[in-house]
Amino acid sequence: MTLFDQFLQYTLSGITIGSIYAMVALGFNIIYNSTGIINFAQGEFLMLGGMLAVYFHNNLHLNLLLSGIFAVIIVTIIGILFHRFAIKPVQDQSIITLIIITIAGSILFKGAAMFIWGKDSYILPSFSGDTPIAFFGATIQPQMLWVMGFLIMIVLGLGAFYRFTITGKAMQACSYNRNAARIVGINVNQMVLLSFALSACIGAIAGVIVTPITLVDYDRGSLLGLKGFGSAILGGLGKMEGAIAGGLIIGLLEAYAAGFVSSGYKDAVALVILLIVLFYRPGGILVKKQEHLLKKF
Amino acid sequence: MNKGKSIHLNNNLGRRNSHLKRNYFKALMVFISAMVILGFIRNPYYVGVLVFFGINAIITTGLSLLMGYAGQISLGQAAFYGIGAYTSGVLTAKLGMPVWFGFLSAVLLTALIAYIVGIPTLRLKGHYLAMATLGLGEIVHIVFNELLSLTGGPSGFGNIPLIKIFGIELNNDFLYYIFVWAVFSFILFISLNLIDSRIGRALRAIHKSETTAATLGINISKLKLQIFILSAVYASIAGFLYAHYVTFLSPGTFGLHFSVLLVTMVAVGGMENIWGAFIGTGVLTLLPEYLRIFKDYDILIYGIILMSIMLFRPEGLYGIKIPLKIGKKKEQ
Repeated sequence: MTLFDQFLQYTLSGITIGSIYAMVALGFNIIYNSTGIINFAQGEFLMLGGMLAVYFHNNLHLNLLLSGIFAVIIVTIIGILFHRFAIKPVQDQSIITLIIITIAGSILFKGAAMFIWGKDSYILPSFSGDTPIAFFGATIQPQMLWVMGFLIMIVLGLGAFYRFTITGKAMQACSYNRNAARIVGINVNQMVLLSFALSACIGAIAGVIVTPITLVDYDRGSLLGLKGFGSAILGGLGKMEGAIAGGLIIGLLEAYAAGFVSSGYKDAVALVILLIVLFYRPGGILVKKQEHLLKKF
Repeated sequence: MNKGKSIHLNNNLGRRNSHLKRNYFKALMVFISAMVILGFIRNPYYVGVLVFFGINAIITTGLSLLMGYAGQISLGQAAFYGIGAYTSGVLTAKLGMPVWFGFLSAVLLTALIAYIVGIPTLRLKGHYLAMATLGLGEIVHIVFNELLSLTGGPSGFGNIPLIKIFGIELNNDFLYYIFVWAVFSFILFISLNLIDSRIGRALRAIHKSETTAATLGINISKLKLQIFILSAVYASIAGFLYAHYVTFLSPGTFGLHFSVLLVTMVAVGGMENIWGAFIGTGVLTLLPEYLRIFKDYDILIYGIILMSIMLFRPEGLYGIKIPLKIGKKKEQ
């Protein structure tokens, strides 16, 4: 393999894992925009999505498509219930209290998953076989294309939702200013509920499509959640474009660091660069310093 | 005019002395209670659990100063805990240095790292600060894992010597318990005095509003940095105590999981008060021990309890009012 081929291979795997981070970051942003909190249970939505899809496929012998759809629907409902029973009763408390509640939620989901499925790892078959496709000097697993394809679909779908539907516009209004949105007659509570549903749904989709590549176990969510959080921060919290840019950058950095430096330090390299960026641009790459200073938390 | 001022000053001085006396008394009471409790425990295992309570309480006292009083979050506190433990552990076990030298190096190195890291990090706010401290914690954790020659990598290293005080080797749980709780009482004493001092009032002003504090002439960034370093040093002392108690170190102890747990302890107890951190630490250190009887369900039940505390008592367990005061509510 020439150096260029290696570089291309790392780029492809970086984009794949970066797409997943971007989806997690989108989930973080949707909830952050409507409530101002970071939902530490976001990674758990991925884990639950993957676990449920495996359960439907292996135990109930449904086909892949149906398993995936059911998993996403159930996780979306879990997201709604999570908001209804854990977030809404205390929504007037301080941000840090709410964040601790999401941490408690993440422990709870993890505990439930371990209780139901044990500590084993599970895998889902690839959506369209495992024959690698040659791409110049590198090879692509078909599942990688699925991941990238889903990211594009989610981005286009979200964009259309925010731009063309009245609900989407109402959600955006909430993210700019909740009180003002309430004054013009938007049901803010409903929008918050919707944001939890939407971010659980995106999380579950990411969980289902990544399972054929990375496997899934009860503890898989935390790390993905952490990387997604890093991506959202890197791009600037609340910025949808930022989430995608941040996710892809962190994915690529990790892939290059693992390939060219050492796989042990790959997370450290990505984190160091994230920190350096934050020190120079305290609000992420896409947020101007002045704009960042206006944010409350 | 002058006279009035001097009277005011005298008053202040008197108040400070009474604070000092009261705090001295409080810290002493904690230590005495700890000793009384020790008298009732026969099983060394439970003494060990309470040793960890003391060690964790040292860290969360610092974290409470940082979170509750200065209003800054740190999701990387386990890293300072780890730096303290590893510095002293490596120096004494691998390089044969005396234990007091390990202690001094651990504290100084942690303070230095906290100083260097704190300057850029504390300029960040809210979630961005959380991410930065979290990232720092993870980097330190990765270094512990990868620096094989010094730290033994993921499998860790052992043979860390015990602490000797006045010729007595702290070689059993009971002696170590006394030592740890003495250290904690001392740290509590310092922290209580700090809260009652000018610095403590300045910190609360920062917590309420940084802009207001700045207009009152408080040097915000300097003060935040000082408290950050202090909390890191507390964690480092706890790390030192951990290393020479367990005598074996591996990176697993110092990961993100523990950092999050520490923040949770402070929040569960109540962030507005230093005693809250103490209560939260007690609850979350002892709870898992009691949940062991549930075997595989323990994480699930732990999650449910944590969630319930936060839902029904979002401001923390400290100052919980049990029925007695129901009649009073009407007056308000």
